[in-house]
Amino acid sequence: MTHPTMTPMRFNASGIRGQSFLLKGIATLIIAAGAAIIMIPFLFMLSTSVKDHAQLRQSPPPLIPEAITTVEINGQEEPLYQVNIDGQITEMALVKNRPGGKGLFVDPARPDETHELVIADQTALTHLEVHWENYPEALRQMKFNKLLLNTLLVTFVGMAGMLFSCSLVAYGFSRFRAPWLNVLFILLLSTIMLPSQVRLLPTYVLFNKLGWVDTLLPLIVPQFFANAYDVFLLRQFFMTIPLELDDAAKIDGASPLQTLMYVILPQARPALISVAIFHFLYAWNDFYEPLIYLHSPEHWTLAVGLQTFNALYAVNTNYIMAASAVMILPPIILYFLAQRIFTQGVVFTGVKG
Amino acid sequence: MQSSLKPSRLSLARRESLWAYAFIAPWILGFIIFTVGPMLASLFFSFTEYDVVSSPRWIGLKNYTNLIHDELFWHSLSITFRYAAIALPLGLVFSYLIAVLLNQKIRGINIWRTVYFLPSVIAGVAVALLWSRIFDARSGILNPFLAQLGIKGPGWFSDPDWAIPALVIMSLWGVGGNIIIYLAGLQGVPTDLYDAAKVDGATAWQRFRYVTLPMTTPVIFYNLVLGLIGTFQYFTEVYVISSGNSGTGGGLGGPARSTLFYNIYLYQNAFRYFHMGYASTMAWVLFIIVLGFTLLIFRSSDTWVYYEGQLKGR
Repeated sequence: MTHPTMTPMRFNASGIRGQSFLLKGIATLIIAAGAAIIMIPFLFMLSTSVKDHAQLRQSPPPLIPEAITTVEINGQEEPLYQVNIDGQITEMALVKNRPGGKGLFVDPARPDETHELVIADQTALTHLEVHWENYPEALRQMKFNKLLLNTLLVTFVGMAGMLFSCSLVAYGFSRFRAPWLNVLFILLLSTIMLPSQVRLLPTYVLFNKLGWVDTLLPLIVPQFFANAYDVFLLRQFFMTIPLELDDAAKIDGASPLQTLMYVILPQARPALISVAIFHFLYAWNDFYEPLIYLHSPEHWTLAVGLQTFNALYAVNTNYIMAASAVMILPPIILYFLAQRIFTQGVVFTGVKG
Repeated sequence: MQSSLKPSRLSLARRESLWAYAFIAPWILGFIIFTVGPMLASLFFSFTEYDVVSSPRWIGLKNYTNLIHDELFWHSLSITFRYAAIALPLGLVFSYLIAVLLNQKIRGINIWRTVYFLPSVIAGVAVALLWSRIFDARSGILNPFLAQLGIKGPGWFSDPDWAIPALVIMSLWGVGGNIIIYLAGLQGVPTDLYDAAKVDGATAWQRFRYVTLPMTTPVIFYNLVLGLIGTFQYFTEVYVISSGNSGTGGGLGGPARSTLFYNIYLYQNAFRYFHMGYASTMAWVLFIIVLGFTLLIFRSSDTWVYYEGQLKGR
């Protein structure tokens, strides 16, 4: 390491403190601006999801779902404006456009008396209009219940298989000495680097031969054979559990399997919860494999169902956003419930999820 | 110990090994069935013509020579590299800077961190749909915003020149996972190093440049390797956006093939045209490319990655 040329230390504590206060202020400002940029897409999704088609056509789209306030004049709905006549502000309806950007305005109370005014100088009145009914309608159209059931099956049966197999394998890699065990562990870790495509096509052919294509099995069964991420995370955690606990169980006559079940697993609850959460996020969001394996709509998972819903009815942006909002809700709730576990897990496993 | 392994005739070490292999057996089985077997099979398929229905027919190196003369192969490769060349460095620098900011002692830091990590939990279809609407030239929110700044926004996902930049912007929104890893690295820098630097009179910039940056090179390295692998597998976002874009962009990999990423082209060959042999060739070429780049990064890491153990060893 090269050493920087150090400037002689200045004994000006207040100056340094003032400087750092300023730096902190700038940092806070940047962070707050970035946070706003991150949140705006969420707000856009939420507001779009509760608009009707007339509101969707507003350009630019307001972040708060609003509609133009109208009033009935002679049996017709006309837009209501806040108008300025000689410094007096009143509410009037625009009944007719005139050349030169002007329009005929009337007071709803006195519909016979018209005022010709420049439209651009008046402000259109809007009000909050929220169409919550988009949600049940979108879910009904995309057959949400069936999709949810499939997704939950894949997610939770797969999770059970993953927890079962990864606990066994992680225990094997953390508590025993055997020839080649280290080599096998490095082999296991190296599969993280492997692009999935080189094994995907023959695996598809295999499941096709078994007649499992267009069932949920190709998404569930492989989970029972452990995976590198979760084995690694669990093994790292198992290593921190004191060996004395194992020895005590051994003296009491416990077999290794009993030691795993009654000593290690209860101690490793945080790690088990962590891999379970990561598996949930992975299975919930997974798209590629459901896409290639599930062909008929009654077997689709939410990810595939939502994509198809969009490909078929892309114009119904409000329904698409409502369905998307429902789809991202469980991961977000889970994230808020288990944020610490989540962030610790990312540090271990990197990209999964 | 009660077991059917006849304990009296087995040495302790032998018995321990048997237990170990028994416990890791699920992974060994899975490794053979879902990794080694398929890898060998796809290597074999790459020398055959195979459509899943009829049995594979050996054609030697024909898939490989076809690949070299396939314009779309080179096109998809260049799209993937172009995206990687922009998104990867930008994402790494961007998330590193945010992590440094989020590592400051600022009021309400936990709330800020929560916000920044949030997008990383909701990857996939819903996010792609959201961004396809944000970028929409008519009903999106990005172009009206740019218009207020006096910039005329492009057509993004409906414009072949702007689809890739749009994907890059989208990827920057989801760098939360990188930020978490960087943050862990930043928090792992021993405080006594900063104290020592302060005693020596180092400015904030010097402390960052000569303490923080070298000490966090291992996490930068980690994010770089995983980011590279992730880029070559890029699929869901492009698939969702371009196939929902059929009216304006001409379908999968569109508009005008501007988002025909390597993995999309591979998918088309495998599961649209069922050219399994050709797709297997593409998969192996991809594997070699990723392996090559990973080794390159690993080799170069000697010159720019500092491990604490090495420092202590001096």
